[in-house]
Amino acid sequence: MSNYIKLIVLGLVAIFGMIAANYARDVAYMVHAMIVTAVSVGLFLWTLRHTDEPEIGKLDLAGEYMDGVIRYGVIATAFWGVVGFLVGTFIAFQLAFPSLNFEFLHGYGNFGRLRPLHTSAVIFAFGGNALIATSFYVVQRTSAARLWGGNLAWFVFWGYQLFIVLAATGYLLGSTQSKEYAEPEWHVDLWLTIVWVAYLAVFMGTLIKRKEPHIYVANWFFLAFIVTVAMLHLVNNMTIPVSIWGSKSVIVWAGVQDAMIQWWYGHNAVGFFLTAGFLGMMYYFIPKQAERPVFSYKLSIIHFWALIFLYIWAGPHHLHYTALPDWASTLGMVFSIVLWMPSWGGMINGLMTLSGAWDKLRTDPVIRMMVISVGFYGMSTFEGPMMSIRAVNSLSHYTDWTIGHVHSGALGWNGMITFGALYYLVPVLWKRERLYSLSLVSWHFWLATIGIVLYAASMWVTGIMEGLMWREVDANGFLVNSFADTVAAKFPMYVVRGLGGVMFLSGALIMCYNLWMTVRKAPAKEASLTVAVPAE
Amino acid sequence: MTKPSKKQEGDPNTTGHVWDGIEEFDNPMPRWWLYTLYACIIWAVLYSIAYPAWPMVNKATAGVLGWSTRADVANEIAAAEEANAAINTELETVELASIAGNPELNGYATSAGSAVFKTWCAQCHGSGAAGFKGYPNLLDDNWLWGGDIEAIHTTITHGIRNEDSDDARYSEMPAFGRDELLEDEEIDQVVNYVMSLSGEPMDASKVAAGTEVFADNCASCHAEDGTGDREQGAPNLTDAIWLYGGDHETLTETVYNARYGVMPAWNTRLTEAQIRAVSIYVHQLGGGE
Repeated sequence: MSNYIKLIVLGLVAIFGMIAANYARDVAYMVHAMIVTAVSVGLFLWTLRHTDEPEIGKLDLAGEYMDGVIRYGVIATAFWGVVGFLVGTFIAFQLAFPSLNFEFLHGYGNFGRLRPLHTSAVIFAFGGNALIATSFYVVQRTSAARLWGGNLAWFVFWGYQLFIVLAATGYLLGSTQSKEYAEPEWHVDLWLTIVWVAYLAVFMGTLIKRKEPHIYVANWFFLAFIVTVAMLHLVNNMTIPVSIWGSKSVIVWAGVQDAMIQWWYGHNAVGFFLTAGFLGMMYYFIPKQAERPVFSYKLSIIHFWALIFLYIWAGPHHLHYTALPDWASTLGMVFSIVLWMPSWGGMINGLMTLSGAWDKLRTDPVIRMMVISVGFYGMSTFEGPMMSIRAVNSLSHYTDWTIGHVHSGALGWNGMITFGALYYLVPVLWKRERLYSLSLVSWHFWLATIGIVLYAASMWVTGIMEGLMWREVDANGFLVNSFADTVAAKFPMYVVRGLGGVMFLSGALIMCYNLWMTVRKAPAKEASLTVAVPAE
Repeated sequence: MTKPSKKQEGDPNTTGHVWDGIEEFDNPMPRWWLYTLYACIIWAVLYSIAYPAWPMVNKATAGVLGWSTRADVANEIAAAEEANAAINTELETVELASIAGNPELNGYATSAGSAVFKTWCAQCHGSGAAGFKGYPNLLDDNWLWGGDIEAIHTTITHGIRNEDSDDARYSEMPAFGRDELLEDEEIDQVVNYVMSLSGEPMDASKVAAGTEVFADNCASCHAEDGTGDREQGAPNLTDAIWLYGGDHETLTETVYNARYGVMPAWNTRLTEAQIRAVSIYVHQLGGGE
C-alpha cells in the first residue's frame, strides 16, 4: 500500500519537475528541475519494480544496529572531503596565479564561483556527512537501540546528498543568495528543511527508545547541533521567491538587521555545526580509541550548557566597526570572551581523557590525530575570542588572518577529528581486525599537520602584514599603500598556502587508499557484536 | 563492542554510568579553568558597564566611559586636522603658482588633493579621473576652460553654469535645431564639416556648404578654424577629443539641442586648502599647463 502512495508522490514530483524545467526562468533552476525529475523518475521505476513483491526473507532487524547507512556515510564523507580539499587547493592557486581563472571557465569556474563550492563542500558535504554518519553511529551505540524510523535514515542520507548536488550545481551556474555559508536559494533551502526535520526525527526517535537510563554527553552535543542548525537555517533563509519558476529570491530582513541575522547564522554555523556537532564526535571516539573513561562528568555538564548558552550571542563580533550599533558590537565581543573557557572545557575533557594512556601517542597514530585535532580546537577557540576584541579586530578584520583562523579550525579540528573517526569506524563497520596500514596513517598525520601549519602560518603573516599596510599612513595622515600593493606583497605567502593545501589533500588521498585497502585486504574480524545490548 | 575502559591504579571514582563501554570519572572541574571562567564573567560585567552594551526600552546604555565609535572617528579627524593646521594655513596663503616649487608643500597638496578628489570628484570624473561621456577627462592636455593652475583653481572654486556662485564659469551654446535657428539640412551640412576638421569619415559633398554654415553660426565661439575658445569654454573641434561623442548622430544631437554641462561651485563645501590641494592634484595628473 505504501508503495502506491510513494508511486503517486514520485509521479507528481516528476511531472512538476518537467513543468518547472519547461518554464524555468534561469539556467540553475532548469538544471535543478531536471535533476529532481531524473531522481524521481529513477525512484519511481525502482519502486514500481519492487511493488507487490512477495515478502520473503525479510528479517526482524529490530535488535540489530543499522550500519548500512553509516557505511554509505563514511564513503560520502571521504569522497566529499577529497572534492572539497581539491577545489580549495585549486582556488588557493587561483589567488596566487590569477591566470588559473581560465577564460574558458569564466562564469563557471572562476574564483568567485568556486569559492562557495569549496566552503560548502568542506563544511556541509564533508563535515555534514561526517556528522550525520557519526551521530547515527554514536546514538545507536550509546542508546543501545536501532535507529528509529526504519528507512527514514536512508532518506536523510540520500536527501542530504541531493541537497549537496543541488547546492553545488547552483553555485557553478550562478544561483546564490550572496549570504556566506547560506548561499543556496529558496528551493534548495526548502528541500534541506525537509531532510533536516527527518534527521531530527531519526535522532530524537532513537534517543527516546534508548535502553540506557541516561543520555550520553556526545548525544547532548549532537542534539544541540541538529536543533540549533534547524533554527538558524529557517531564520536566515526567510526569503520570498521572485517566481515559483525561478531560483531568485529576496530576503525579508533589511539593512543592518539582515547583516546581523546573517552573522548570527554564520557564527553559529561555526558554533553548532563545526563545534558542538564535532564535540559530540570527540566525546565518543576519543574515549573509545583511548579506552579510558571521560575525564570529568561535571566539566562536561558545565561546559556544555555554558557553550550552548553563550555561542548564540557572539555573532555581532563579525560586524565590528560597521553600521551595527556600538552596544550590539560590545555584547558580541563580551560574550565571545566569556565563551573562551566553555570552549576549552571540551579540549580539557578530550586531552585529560588520555591521562593514563599517554603511551598510546607513541604507538597509535589514530590517537595522535585525535589529540592534535583537540589541540587545534583549543588554539582556534583561543584565537577566536582574541580576534573578537574590537582593537584586535580592527587590524585582523577583512584580512587573511581570518582565513587562517577558519582553516586552523576547519582543517585542524574538524578535519583531523573526522579522519580519526573514519579510521576508527571503517574496521568496525566492515568487520575488519584492524586498519590496512598504520604507517600510512602516520604519513597522513604528518602531511596534514605540516600542511595546516604552512597554511595557518602563511595566513598569519599575510593577514597581519596587509592589516598593517592598509592602515599605514604618512606624517600628514594619508594612506601610503594602494590595495594592489598589498596584493603584490602577499604573493609568496599565497604560494606557501597553496603548498599547505597540496599536502593536506595528499594526506586525505592516502587515507582514502588506506581505508579502501582496509575494506578489501585487511583480515576479517570474527563474531563481531552488532546486536543492541545495553552496556550495564 | 562493549569493551570496558581500562582502569588503572589510583584512578578516581566513576559516576557509575556506562555507555558502550565508555565511563566517566567523577573528577571536579579543574580549578584554573573555573577561576578563569569566573574572571572572564567578572570582566564581561565590568566591560559592559564601561562601554555601550545593554539595550533598554528606547536606547542602549551608553557606558560610563562615554565611548562611541562615532566619537572615535570625530576625535581622529579632529586630531588629524589639528596636526595639519599649520601646513593647511601655508597652503592657503602662499602664491598658488609657487606651490610647485616647494616639494614639501607640493607633496602634501598632492596627497590631500587625491583624498579630496576620491571623495568629491570621482563620482563624475571617475576614480582614475578619466571622465565619462559629458564629464571631461582630466588626464589629457585638452582643457575646456584652461589648464594652468590658476584656471583649474578658478573652475573648481566657482564651478560651471551653476546657480551656487555668481562667478561660476558661464556660456551657453544655442540649440540650433530646437530653437529653429538652422534647418535640418544645414545642421547635417555643418556636422559633416565639423567631422572633416578632425578627419572623421563623413560625406565630403556636404562639407563646402557646411563651411559656410559654420562661419555664420559657430565661428564666433569655436573660432574660424574650429580650435575653440577657452574664454567661453568652447571646445576645440579639430583634435578628435569629444566630450559627448564625435559620430554623426551624437554631433547632430549636440547641434540640435546644444549641451549644458554643469559643475558645482566647491567653495560652498570645501575649504580653500582643500580646493588648492585638489587643484594641484588635477594639475599634476598629466595635462597641467
